[in-house]
Amino acid sequence: MKDQIAKPLLSVTDLSVSFSTDEGEVTALDRVDFDVFSGKTVGLVGESGCGKSVTAYSIMRLLPKPMGKVISGKVNFNGIDLLNLSPEKMREVRGNQIGMIFQEPMNALNPVQKIGAQLSEVFNIHKNITDHQAWLNSIQMLDAVGIPSPENRVHEYPHQLSGGMRQRVVIAMALACQPKLIIADEPTTALDVTVQAQILDLLKNLQKKSGSSILLITHDLGVIAETCDEVCVMYAGRIVEKGSTRKIFAQPKHSYTQDLLDSIPRLDGTPKKKLRTIEGIVPSLLDLNNGCRFGPRSGREHTEAQLSERSPMREVSEGHWVEACPVCVEL
Amino acid sequence: MNAEEDFFQVKNLRVHFPVRGGVFKKAIGACKAVDGVSFSISKGQTVGLVGESGCGKSTLAKSIVQLVKPTAGELFFKGRLLVPGEGLTEYRKSVQMVFQDPAESLNSRMTVGAMVQEPMDIHRIGDKGSRLKRVERLLEQVGLPASSARRYPFEFSGGQRQRIGIARALALNPEFLVLDEPVSALDVSVQSQVLNLLMSLQQDLGLSYLLIAHDLAVVKHISDIIAVMYLGKMVEMGPSSEIYSNPKHAYTQALLSAIPIPDPSLKREKLIIPGDIPSPINPPEGCAYGHRVSATNYQESIQAESVWKKVGVDHWVLECPCCVSPL
Ligand SMILES: Nc1ncnc2c1ncn2[C@@H]1O[C@H](COP(=O)(O)OP(=O)(O)OP(=O)(O)O)[C@@H](O)[C@H]1O
Ligand SMILES: Nc1ncnc2c1ncn2[C@@H]1O[C@H](COP(=O)(O)OP(=O)(O)OP(=O)(O)O)[C@@H](O)[C@H]1O
Ligand SMILES: [Mg+2]
Ligand SMILES: [Mg+2]
Repeated sequence: MKDQIAKPLLSVTDLSVSFSTDEGEVTALDRVDFDVFSGKTVGLVGESGCGKSVTAYSIMRLLPKPMGKVISGKVNFNGIDLLNLSPEKMREVRGNQIGMIFQEPMNALNPVQKIGAQLSEVFNIHKNITDHQAWLNSIQMLDAVGIPSPENRVHEYPHQLSGGMRQRVVIAMALACQPKLIIADEPTTALDVTVQAQILDLLKNLQKKSGSSILLITHDLGVIAETCDEVCVMYAGRIVEKGSTRKIFAQPKHSYTQDLLDSIPRLDGTPKKKLRTIEGIVPSLLDLNNGCRFGPRSGREHTEAQLSERSPMREVSEGHWVEACPVCVEL
Repeated sequence: MNAEEDFFQVKNLRVHFPVRGGVFKKAIGACKAVDGVSFSISKGQTVGLVGESGCGKSTLAKSIVQLVKPTAGELFFKGRLLVPGEGLTEYRKSVQMVFQDPAESLNSRMTVGAMVQEPMDIHRIGDKGSRLKRVERLLEQVGLPASSARRYPFEFSGGQRQRIGIARALALNPEFLVLDEPVSALDVSVQSQVLNLLMSLQQDLGLSYLLIAHDLAVVKHISDIIAVMYLGKMVEMGPSSEIYSNPKHAYTQALLSAIPIPDPSLKREKLIIPGDIPSPINPPEGCAYGHRVSATNYQESIQAESVWKKVGVDHWVLECPCCVSPL
């Protein structure tokens, strides 16, 4: 990630986040560190519970209060220190400069308010314009995200739309003020593959026009391969490997990344061949070790020290970083 | 789709749900969830069923295991027509279903052992001692320790719960498992564990599978035959390598093109299907897919009769003037 001379648009540095739960304090993010450059799409990939959504919520300052808190680290966006911004200023950044698309479109939409009114509201909050202009903008925005006859759709309620159309409306809302950064948390997971292809195509086209950056969260390695310039592979609250998508897929260095790539069935694979498996399950936040967290599942012998002391991130080739556990990574 | 020797066969199956409206909740229409589906499965074979959400996959599955009553059509099991009341107990033992969400299909107040044992209790198979023994064997067969029997479903992970669901489905020594999205809720690292289990059980026990999944790579990996559904109808069926390399129906082609492939060096043009999945309540006249994509010859499909056409060894496609090029 050093080949760009420019400064990153978004810089997340050593971000750690904890939650207080009934069973005690748990660390959901442990020194997460990555950059998103202008016009680029960066993917966050990993299995359920590894901390993808918590990363997104932390950047947006939307962690549930008072359980969730940032215990260390920095989030720098376009020169602004987001974690120390006043709540009012942060509200301005949300929507105006960073748009967010949530996994479940229904949660982002108000079920008892017409689509047009919800979109207009976004324009009204963030831009000083008349109600009429906001309404016209809404119709135009729906058109831009490929909703047919938008002048009729503005009068409808969310439940009258299909899942794919709802997600388009959410995208329209996130993009309404032409944000510099779009954070999309599993934007297509609830959708059919055919509709997923439509939505990803739409996002790519909108990005091409506006030059915005995308932070794309997904657990689907196929989606990452097809849409992201760079990818961060997360495991149990940490980024274990990051770099250009091409490098990570062609030469994964961490054995977690390797095993993950090997365990998915391929369309061009040998039918009925036994698939590679990763034994056990993702560890619970309640008993996390500080050393190599994939160690206990890796099927490779780790020493006590390797399990209890965290290895530093190491740059194995330009822009390609890996948590350098000597057992899980061949250097 | 021939022959008596077929292990399991569905002929012209229809499942229509009444759509009610008005003050008196009268039936004002029908949701044609499954609308004339025919196919067969051989012994030891896996048929993978794919199609968009709402196209009728689960309804088809449920009608096979008799959780939903078909509106019309026939089911044949080992050459015999199924008639309500006659020999259905045997059929119910031989055909079992595994559901998508293990949490949903497992009763959280029952121990795992009681749940796996329940089908044997219902069908009064063996005595208490032999049932307990069999539960332990079944749990081991799906890769869980026998001691799991005393624990509760919530103590297990998603993948382990899916194994419990499979152990329960195996309790009555079935010959045919209907698997409705058995791995969709699982993480990839755990998904491969369950897929391997399904493949090895099939080898050991000679089971036949009808596997529903939305991940086409999963379906292709473990299926002998792939069947593609669109809005209540089967549009194409054939050996999985054939369907993958030589799809004939425009919908199959689009579906395959939509699959994201985990290889960033691959550059391909995607066919993006415009529009939305149509509703089975008011389906368009003629070819539903042709209607959605405004196919050039769509108008012709309104008059055309839909017939299955053989296009290769065991490869069939629903003939259509707008979605299948003439051969
Ligand atoms: N409010 C909360 N209180 C306690 N723990 C939480 C809370 N929110 C999230 N966590 C924990 O933080 C971890 C990371 O959760 P997160 O939602 O970021 O996972 P994810 O990677 O987005 O997973 P998925 O793919 O399932 O969406 C999980 O172990 C989760 O249980
Ligand atoms: N009990 C029911 N009463 C009325 N309509 C139903 C019923 N069950 C299913 N349907 C309708 O039948 C159609 C087919 O549903 P089905 O659940 O079979 O689809 P599916 O292919 O399994 O979809 P998914 O991939 O989302 O699981 C849908 O339009 C659904 O709303
Ligand atoms: Mg999440
Ligand atoms: Mg279903």
